Amino acid sequence: MDIKVLGTGCANCKNTQTLIEQVAKDKGVAISLTKLEELRDIMAYGVMSTPAVVINGRVVHAGGVPSRDKVTQWFEL
Amino acid sequence: MNTLSSPLTTWPKRQPLVFLIAAAAAWLGLYQLLLPMSEALVAQLPVERSSHLGGALQFFIYDTPKVLLLLTGVVFVMGLVNSYFTPERTRALLAGRSEGAANVMAASLGIVTPFCSCSAVPLFIGFVQAGVPLGVTFSFLISAPMVNEVALTLLFGLFGWKVALLYLSLGLGVAIVAGWTIGRLKMEAHLEDWVRDMPQQTANFEAGEVSLADRLDAGFAAVRQIVGKVWPYILVGIAIGAGIHGYVPQDFMASFMGKEAWWSVPLAVLIGVPMYSNAAGVIPIVQALLAKGAALGTVLAFMMSVIALSLPEMIILRKVLKVRLIATFVGVVATGILLVGWVFNAVL
Repeated sequence: MDIKVLGTGCANCKNTQTLIEQVAKDKGVAISLTKLEELRDIMAYGVMSTPAVVINGRVVHAGGVPSRDKVTQWFEL
Repeated sequence: MNTLSSPLTTWPKRQPLVFLIAAAAAWLGLYQLLLPMSEALVAQLPVERSSHLGGALQFFIYDTPKVLLLLTGVVFVMGLVNSYFTPERTRALLAGRSEGAANVMAASLGIVTPFCSCSAVPLFIGFVQAGVPLGVTFSFLISAPMVNEVALTLLFGLFGWKVALLYLSLGLGVAIVAGWTIGRLKMEAHLEDWVRDMPQQTANFEAGEVSLADRLDAGFAAVRQIVGKVWPYILVGIAIGAGIHGYVPQDFMASFMGKEAWWSVPLAVLIGVPMYSNAAGVIPIVQALLAKGAALGTVLAFMMSVIALSLPEMIILRKVLKVRLIATFVGVVATGILLVGWVFNAVL
């Protein structure tokens, strides 16, 4: 799975990243996680609130740290 | 997002309406009990109620749970309300409107739209891209961090509804007028080139199906995030307030931050602008200043400038705005806050 965390480097973005890594590890899902910090790249996805999460090119979450339940669901699809 | 895979485990999520009613009742009951309970508690302590220490203790023991209870309630409700006003919906509401009324609307929406200073720039670009006028965007950007539920609740809990209401109306006033002024200055050319060159985006808004149970979740999350973060500041603020309650002479600070010193307002704004803090962080300082006899207008001007303008925010905004527009933004907002402080001191 190709996962991108969009955010300009605030604390919540780092928390989101850590959470996703953790849940993926627990679930045993292989992911490649990248972090997009450049505003131009972030805006290209059309999100207005960060942190946002993009999975395989689709925005699945925007604004705030996602809940653990929500993250878990991404790996169960 | 489908919720089928996560079973509804807790009863608040199974029966959200019942939970809301029960929670509201419990909250009101607790709130009513606070004063008698704190009096009873202080009576148990080996200090004279009428002494300085007794007064300070009573103040602390009553105010701490009161403010925390108020804040938890308000933040929870605002978490629910926020889930109705996503940035995307706000943008769709504002796009294509002409200035004037739209400034008023943008400033008001700033109160109820969830906002974090780290999202300021993506939000800014998203608004401009969808054709929201620059001045209207600024009205939103000024009001969103400055006039928020945490600031208003703390002001209400610690200084009463009049101060809270004044802060609300003056904060909105500054956001509306400053945004409108920036709009009149026609500074679109001072956006960074890459922002101007971005393709126009239509502000379409797709409302996902959000259940009341999901909104409850948003409320819980808001309480965890906000109250979890700000409670230490509040404790310090109330402790300072309690400490001052009986001890420090009231006019200690009046000589240089009182109404007579006209220059105290610009000084307060000048000190406040580069400072970076959230509403809860300034409350201890506000508490201390007020209690020592600083004039209310001066203190509110200080609080507004700390929350509304900050150095880190300007550094982030520099990525999308040219220096002249940032300078204008700071200048116009600071002037607005300055006027608020002076008018306040003159009227009261």
